[in-house]
Order: sequence, then C-alpha cells, then structure tokens
Amino acid sequence: MTTLFTSDHEWLRIEGDVATIGVTDYAQSQLGDVVFVELPKVGRSLKKAEAAAVVESVKAASDVYAPISGEVVEVNEALAAEPALVNSDAGGKAWFFKLKIADKSELGGLMDEAAYKAHTA
Amino acid sequence: MLAQDKSSLQRTPLHGLHVARGGKMVPFAGYEMPVQFPAGVLKEHLHTRSAAGLFDVSHMGQLALRPKSGKVEDAALALERLVPQDIVAVAPGRQRYAQFTNEDGGILDDLMVANFGDHLFLVVNAACKAEDEAHLRAHLSDTCIIDSLADRGLIALQGPKAEQALAKLGADVSAMRFMDTGPRQVAGLDCFVSRSGYTGEDGFEISVPAAQAEALVTMLLENPEVLPIGLGARDSLRLEAGLCLYGHDLDTTTTPVEGALEWSVQKSRRTGGARAGGFPGADKVLSQFEKGASRRRVGLRAEGRAPVREGALLFADAASSEAVGKVTSGGFGPSLNAPVAMGYLPTSLSANGTLVFAEVRGQRLPLQVAAMPFVPNTYKR
Repeated sequence: MTTLFTSDHEWLRIEGDVATIGVTDYAQSQLGDVVFVELPKVGRSLKKAEAAAVVESVKAASDVYAPISGEVVEVNEALAAEPALVNSDAGGKAWFFKLKIADKSELGGLMDEAAYKAHTA
Repeated sequence: MLAQDKSSLQRTPLHGLHVARGGKMVPFAGYEMPVQFPAGVLKEHLHTRSAAGLFDVSHMGQLALRPKSGKVEDAALALERLVPQDIVAVAPGRQRYAQFTNEDGGILDDLMVANFGDHLFLVVNAACKAEDEAHLRAHLSDTCIIDSLADRGLIALQGPKAEQALAKLGADVSAMRFMDTGPRQVAGLDCFVSRSGYTGEDGFEISVPAAQAEALVTMLLENPEVLPIGLGARDSLRLEAGLCLYGHDLDTTTTPVEGALEWSVQKSRRTGGARAGGFPGADKVLSQFEKGASRRRVGLRAEGRAPVREGALLFADAASSEAVGKVTSGGFGPSLNAPVAMGYLPTSLSANGTLVFAEVRGQRLPLQVAAMPFVPNTYKR
C-alpha cells in the first residue's frame, strides 16, 4: 500500500487498482471547522483535475479535485452525517471517495510523503 | 491567498495582541484583521453565545459631530439632512441605528449615532469611513465641526458574561439598557461604552484611547470567560441575528424600505411627520413607504445541510430559467447547526414560508423565506 499526495493537499492510498482519496491534515487545518461535505455519485467517471467533491467550512466552500482519472466506486457516507470527521481524522476515517484507477501513469506526477512534507513546510 | 500586499494594509492598535494570540490575519477593508483564532470559527461563535467574546472593531470609523452653536440639537438637525432617522429625538446617553442615503434613496453606509450631551458620536463602517467623513464635511461644515477620532480603538464585548466581565474591571454598567451609551471609566481608562453590538447578544461596544487599547483588552482576556473572536465568527453571529452587512446586504442600490429597515425610520421623518423628508432620496423612500417596493430583503432557511452563499441566484421554482433574486449573505449558522442566508426577492415572494430555490453548483436547492432574527436576540431592554 502506497500513500501519495497532491499539491492541492489531497492524499491517495493506492491498493491494487483502487485509490482511496481524502484531504490532508494540513488542508483541514486551513479550512477550519467543516460543516458540510458533498460527495460525487458512485459510478461517475472523473477526469484528472475535475471538481469531484465540495468541502464547506462555516466561512467558505472549497472544491476537492480528482487527483487522477477514474470511476467512483465508493463514497464515504459517514461524512454527510458527520462532516466534522474531516477535522478530527482527515487522514483516516474522513476519506472522501474511492476511484478505480483509469491510468496508472497519472500516479507518476504525485508526491510521496517526504515531498509533500517539504511542500507544506 | 489574496493578492493584496500586506505592507499596504493598516493595523489596529491590537495587531500585536492578535498575532501573539495566534490570530490568522487577513486583509479586510484595508486593514490586517484576525479572521479566526486557534479556537476556530465554530467554537468562537458558540463561546460568544454562551459566555463572552471579544472583538477588535478598531478598523471602524469613529467621528464626533460638534455643533458650532454648542447646542446638540443643531448637530442633530444638521445630520437629519443626510439620514432618514429622527436624530433630534435621540436623548442624551442614547444611540440609534441610521443610514446615509443617496439621491436615489440608496444606502451609502449604515452607522450608529449617539447623543453625548454636547455633541454627536458616530460609528461608521471601515470600508466607507473616508467617504463618510468627506460626505459629512461637504454637507455639514456650515453648522458642525467634524472630528475624526482616529486615535481611538474600538472593541466589542458580547455575550451573557459581558456585563460581569466589565464589572470585574470596575465598570458599573448594570443599569445600562440596550442602546444606552456615554463616557464611562473602565479599569480607570476614559472610555465610551454603549450597550449594543453586532451579534444579537447582550453586550457592549467600548471606544478606548488607542494607546490604552491593548492594556484594556489584556485585562479583559485575563478573564477565562472571555475569548478573542475573529471576523469569521463575527459574520456568522450577525447573520444568525439577521443583521445587515453593508456592501453585501445593503448598498447604494438598496433603499431602507427594500432593505426591510422600515423600523429604523421614525414616523417624524415619514410623510405627515413633523420633519418629513429632507434627506437625500426622500421622494423615492417615502413613496416606497406608501406604495411598497418591488423587492425586499428576506431571511432564508435551507431544507438541506448545504450552505447557500453570497451570490447564489434565487428562482421561483425548480425549473424556471429566469432568476428572481440573489443571496447577499449566506453560510452556516453554528447555533442553529444549519445553513442560514439572507437575500433579495420580489415583494410578491417575500412572505414567510414562501418556497424558493437557490442555484448551488448547478443544482436547485429548496429554501424557505423565514423570519429574522434566526436566533432570538438577548438584548437587555
């Protein structure tokens, strides 16, 4: 299992041909208290960099972009009921959606943990 | 990040304290202001409703209007040339909400006007203060001396524990009622204290000499009931209280009647009153009092959980292509744990309970026109 990161502060956990995607702890600290999460529909085909989900704090709405292309195979329904999970466990329980990876070569452009740490430092 | 260069921004006398307390500083109305502190918007909001929140509003404009005759009624009569409010009737030690109007009856700014016995004390919005001061000088210099009180800080202490927090600093404010105001000592400092605010809570606004602002705030923050609050929670608190934000819910294209501010225009200034009209745009505003206006500011509650934000277009039904109005303020109300918004709708759609739709990310979300305030206020009347 590999974890990769984007410069937009998303993480991807790669297991076989499925990527689980969420936002980083750094992202949630910048967003502030999350009060609403809108997730993509299961079955939707996403292109890399397309707006896939929305995360809203008291003050503002932010898009979450698809870090790679793929089909949505599962979404985290728990976030609809408890958006604050994004603040309490961004890297774990607050995953957003799972994508069936369309093109593994797109993973090449993403950062590993050390590179992401340097990016946010 | 906003492109604005921070070096061009002004700082309030409390800037150092905000940074030391971990405030996240952002550009606002030409100032570097804290949008939130480490507690975060949600906790800051709820703390203000349950205990006491301390806000730096030193960016706002403070002005003294001194009558050349020495009689405060002359300053009041002069100011009535620019606002549709009855200023003459504001008794010494009281203040009143007012608006500067333009020739079309639109609102140039909203403000507080206090009677300090021998002069009027005005508090205006930060983004408008230079224009407001120029406006006052252009129109009232014949009868008044206009003093910009730029050497004063302004803080707001809001919430159910605010009175107690001031009492601990030796300020006896227990006898003050909502909108009472005047010079008072707080911790031995020469302040102007009014029982008012912008959160819907009981509380106080305190004008303090800039050089002593940090000392006063430091003393207030030593009280564990008092937390510093940023602009984020200030906005969610005033929205739940149904209070307008100038430049968003009111502007030069909205009149006091369209803005649902009829309550703020006293009978003496309306048709048939002792000093009817006589303010810019009076013909239009007074005619709207008689015949109504075509649109109106309303409160909006969403049926779902998705916040509906400023700029969202409003539609009469789920399919129509023509927008009938727009959201002017919207977000999440932490005390209601639900989205809240306000905006403008045709008067025919402005009755409470009317179903309308907001367009959010290509979807039509149902909203109901709802009475404001969304959260009942706790003013001490």
